[in-house]
Amino acid sequence: MNTLINGLCLGGIYALIALGYTMVYGIAKMLNFAHGDIIMVGAYTIFSTLALMGHPIPAVIVAVVVCTVLGLLTERVAYRPLRGASPLAVLITAIGVSYLLQSIAQLIYGSKSQSVSMGNLGSVTLFNNVSVSISSILTLGLCLIIMVALTLFVKKTKVGCAMLAVSEDRAAAQLMGINVNGIITLTFAIGSALAAFASTFYLMQIPSVTPTLGSMPGIKAFTAAVIGGIGSIPGAMIGGILLGVIEKFALSVPVLAPYTTAIEFGLLIVILLFRPTGLLGKKRREKV
Amino acid sequence: MALLEVENLAVSYGLIQAIKGISFEVNEGEIVALIGANGAGKTTTMHALCNLIPKQAGKVTFDGKDVTGVAAHKLVPMGIAQVPEGRRIFQELTVAENLRLGSYTRKNKKEIEESLEKMYERFPILKERSKQIAGTLSGGEQQMLAMSRALMSHPKLLLLDEPSMGLSPLYVNTIFDMIKQVNSEETTVLLVEQNAKKALAIADRAYVLEIGKIAKSGKGAELLEDDSIRRAYLGG
Ligand SMILES: Nc1ncnc2c1ncn2[C@@H]1O[C@H](COP(=O)(O)OP(=O)(O)OP(=O)(O)O)[C@@H](O)[C@H]1O
Ligand SMILES: [Mg+2]
Repeated sequence: MNTLINGLCLGGIYALIALGYTMVYGIAKMLNFAHGDIIMVGAYTIFSTLALMGHPIPAVIVAVVVCTVLGLLTERVAYRPLRGASPLAVLITAIGVSYLLQSIAQLIYGSKSQSVSMGNLGSVTLFNNVSVSISSILTLGLCLIIMVALTLFVKKTKVGCAMLAVSEDRAAAQLMGINVNGIITLTFAIGSALAAFASTFYLMQIPSVTPTLGSMPGIKAFTAAVIGGIGSIPGAMIGGILLGVIEKFALSVPVLAPYTTAIEFGLLIVILLFRPTGLLGKKRREKV
Repeated sequence: MALLEVENLAVSYGLIQAIKGISFEVNEGEIVALIGANGAGKTTTMHALCNLIPKQAGKVTFDGKDVTGVAAHKLVPMGIAQVPEGRRIFQELTVAENLRLGSYTRKNKKEIEESLEKMYERFPILKERSKQIAGTLSGGEQQMLAMSRALMSHPKLLLLDEPSMGLSPLYVNTIFDMIKQVNSEETTVLLVEQNAKKALAIADRAYVLEIGKIAKSGKGAELLEDDSIRRAYLGG
């Protein structure tokens, strides 16, 4: 029972990160490999603001603002000049941005891990004497709220509809009067803000931060996005949660624990073998 | 002054010049046809007009304003709508969502609803299918949707790139009737067509494009009688 809850929490975190990958891929048609490092920046921002103010809530707000601005900035400075360039050039740039962010963090904070205490919220005892930490409940609840809100935003608002249009056919979207650059910018902003929330929940689970903190959850979330079908928003949610639950269950079985990562990536391979576009991915329709 | 004036437009794909300096104009209230064989450069012209692809040279004036370098999305609120070749409806969105995207740049909610009602009135099938995913519509229905979607922006000038492509004769007639009707409601039309016969029949004036150059122009009815045109585009 506890493993399930922990798995769902981790899955929620993966899902938030995976949403950033999948939305940027779907709309800007690029793999933003620096996305994981936005989480790291978010974590350091929380670390610093916490040291200054001592309360986690303003720290989270500052992190959301910093990450969003950083997302906008990288899009503007690094990726927008490459719009229309070969995907490989964009990918290499993204990897460059990733190293850049890691190096800057190392310069400022050093390479040693710093501990961040988000404060102990204690735990509650549910039925059957299962005790669950409040931070887990918070993580789960907030992840759920964020995902529902995002789904509603995309499905029910005009701008959300424009995002879907841009993701399907950029030229046709322009002919509707949609400012494609504006929509791409917005997508980066949303993805980065979600990353800031992911760093918050990450720190609630693992209270320490290093310059490479973003790499592993970044890669796992990317895997989750591909499992769910990259470009698909519900796919990222399902893929993230699936991966988180599998990870926690594998870790809880002593024989499997050392192979957890191998199991996760193995799952990716198996799913791609049977469904090359991921669980909810669509086949690319050829344009006339 | 004409509603749309194109002067010496040239477009290149790399080293290949697809449009070699063409000039034409569309007056307010007209239907103007642009006809030509496959690869003549009709779609290239339409894309360049809306700045979906860069122009190599030339000047475009719309409604008295120089719009040569105006970004595609900004032309829509100025009054230019295009139904691109191959319809390009948003396959994964519903019929209603497609239509509403057509009015993306309009602000007045009441007028948008009125336009929507008008589209549904013209093609009741669209109302019936409003919640259906657009990709599941038949080709003819998709073309009706694409044209209605473009009209949702309430354009002064409607650019149509081969609206009859791949349609059965019955649907071709529906679409051409619609073009005439829309034109009579004060929308100016620039029509690109393979179906030269039908296009010339409804056009006030027409231009014939041959490998990137305008080879002929004149009244629609006159070109319909022109021997060289009959031989090249009307099958004898
Ligand atoms: N993206 C592109 N890159 C290179 N060449 C292109 C591109 N698009 C079109 N062309 C070339 O430009 C020329 C004009 O093409 P265009 O699509 O404008 O013709 P068209 O008159 O619309 O033909 P059709 O009736 O078949 O639609 C053709 O020779 C075509 O091969
Ligand atoms: Mg064409």
